[in-house]
Amino acid sequence: MTTMIPTRDRGDLPQRVVSAKVSLRHRIADIWGSRELLGFLVRKELKVRYKNSVLGFLWSFLNPALILIIYYVVFKYFLHNATPDFALFLFAGLLPWNLFNNSLLTSSGVLVAHAGIVKKVAFPREILALAQVGTAMCYFFFQTCILVIFLAGFQVVPVFRYVPLLLFAFVCDVILSAALAIFLSAVNVYLRDVQHLVEVLLVALFFSPPTVYAFANLTKIMHDHVWFKWVYESNPLMWIVVSFQRCLYGNVVPPAGKLIKNLSPVVNGHLQPYQVLPTWGAVPYWVGLGGVFVGSIVLLLLAMLIFGRVEGNFAEEL
Amino acid sequence: MNAAIEIQHLSKRFRLYKEKYTSLKERVVHAGHLPFEEFWALKDIHLDVMPGETLGILGRNGSGKSTLLKCIAGILQPTSGQILLRGQLAAMLELGAGFQPEMSGRDNIFLNASLLGLSRKEIERSFDAIVAFAELEQFIDNQVRFYSSGMYVRLGFAVAVNVNPDILLVDEVLAVGDERFQAKCLERIHQFQEEGRTIVVVSHAADVMRSICSRVAVIDAGELISLAPPGEAIRAFRDRLIETGEAGALPGGEDEAAVVAAGQAAAGGSGAKAPAVVHGERRVAVTDCRLELPSPDREYVFPGESVTIVVDLKVRSRIANVAFGCSIFGQNGGLLFDCDSTMLGDQFDLEEGACSVMFQFQEMPLLDGRYTVNIRVQEGGGGVVHALKEPAATFEVVNPGKATGVVALPFAVHVKTQRPDG
Repeated sequence: MTTMIPTRDRGDLPQRVVSAKVSLRHRIADIWGSRELLGFLVRKELKVRYKNSVLGFLWSFLNPALILIIYYVVFKYFLHNATPDFALFLFAGLLPWNLFNNSLLTSSGVLVAHAGIVKKVAFPREILALAQVGTAMCYFFFQTCILVIFLAGFQVVPVFRYVPLLLFAFVCDVILSAALAIFLSAVNVYLRDVQHLVEVLLVALFFSPPTVYAFANLTKIMHDHVWFKWVYESNPLMWIVVSFQRCLYGNVVPPAGKLIKNLSPVVNGHLQPYQVLPTWGAVPYWVGLGGVFVGSIVLLLLAMLIFGRVEGNFAEEL
Repeated sequence: MNAAIEIQHLSKRFRLYKEKYTSLKERVVHAGHLPFEEFWALKDIHLDVMPGETLGILGRNGSGKSTLLKCIAGILQPTSGQILLRGQLAAMLELGAGFQPEMSGRDNIFLNASLLGLSRKEIERSFDAIVAFAELEQFIDNQVRFYSSGMYVRLGFAVAVNVNPDILLVDEVLAVGDERFQAKCLERIHQFQEEGRTIVVVSHAADVMRSICSRVAVIDAGELISLAPPGEAIRAFRDRLIETGEAGALPGGEDEAAVVAAGQAAAGGSGAKAPAVVHGERRVAVTDCRLELPSPDREYVFPGESVTIVVDLKVRSRIANVAFGCSIFGQNGGLLFDCDSTMLGDQFDLEEGACSVMFQFQEMPLLDGRYTVNIRVQEGGGGVVHALKEPAATFEVVNPGKATGVVALPFAVHVKTQRPDG
């Protein structure tokens, strides 16, 4: 008893191989092929996060604004930070920091949180971590909208010459966040401590770039201890944050010639004029960020390699 | 023609953890010794699935059948070997996996279909079909958390079947929903078959396999023990179950339970009718019981073939007026048939010594399964049972056709066209 089975046209069927080892090139191609899924997952995150709250979507604006106000009050009035237009300075630094922070806070637990689909549906799992970075990017753009209002309020114009630098810093920020997000999400499946450890580490990391203090505050220590300078300048977040500040805050004029004790740098026993930002020209920014870019790309590839090594067991471990 | 799925020497090892250590402290405390056992869920599976074919994967719980399906779907990575897939694949391992209760049905369709590999354009194109199939037109903009479980499953199935895959993987999901929806699902599966798509179904229900599969792979303890047309494969599956003593429906122990107490025992609590018994004093015993099948090179019969049961008796002292009875039980212990020789108007006297009795069934109109035969020697008028052998023998029917159920009824379908007059 045979039945004729009409065969469909099988000219160019997509071929796929399931095996223990998948090359990095294939992984990247798979992720690129799932970019629409990435979009849907980001939309899902945006929709679900503030669902059932009274203010709803407004929270994605309100949340960073409130945090900004808290930091402003604490550092300006409690700790007497004398930086001119401090709110703007703070905002310029918080913007790239929030992107990094939001990405990592949520992505480390993302595979565990989505165990249901990881165990039942086949798709490139990196997408889940990347969706968290994508969501953080959306918040970044919302915050940029608020920033524009801020700039108008302070009547400050960004340094247009440095806009490409800012964009480059943004790209570095995204790649760095993606690399760490992918890595941490994979490790967290095996070591659930990671999620909690990341929360603490992020608090410590918050103070590593000059976001709530001026870069100038460190000039003396850097001058005295070269090793500190090396460590400090090898922090990719520092480069990203100062690049943002250079572009957005660079036109704020420090009070001319005004010397502030404890804040104005002392060189050779003489108080120097107070400089909030590093006094470099454009070149060190580009060189520094270039290094961050290359490093982030390497980290991203490494993270994907590691992710690929351990991914096969996710469905069992969850 | 190239195979749609080539499974090449696939093996999968699991680590069975005695206890799972996922915190840093536990990992440090228990560092050094490995708290797991290795377990090969799949051992060197090698098979091809041809385009347009419907392959069933049959096996009991824990045999590795779902692991194999998950490997094909790409959810689990094989430990060694590889799988080559030609064509777009959609896996229905769980309906509505990844549904977000906070989002509307509409948003969930997009997210879920995208997870299954559809592009936005394709989803937009098949959106109306999905909603219509799920019968959720009124509720599509409601949050999914307000859906009933039936609505939830319908939506999940609707998305999965509208993915339009070349290869569809199905894992026992057909057993969901109400009867009408199940029929709809089966209909969709048949439509897929007609369109020449490749389907792989996992189940432990042999009946489902028979009705929809063209070939069945039987997996047991991670090994492929049979790859054959459904009838033959299901038989291999049943044999394996019997071998390992897990065929719960089959009574065990063939010792000479001849003169066991009584009818209630004979019925074995299975609800079968048994003659009222007060049995005699072991004047006769069943020494052997065997089957004579029409073909010596087959250990089974096809539906409608003849079966002869030969019973050897040892008579210790002469008994007058006896009758021989025989009952046939189905797989779940239910009585299918019971007869004795008095029904034919025959009565026998047994002389001391040995004798043999033959029960002849010209036709055995049964479908797939292993059937159990009980034999009894009783007083002609009923009442006293002199000897009872249960189970006396088992025989197996393998159905090469597609019909399912218990009884092989000959059937035909005719269509009579009504011509309008004039």
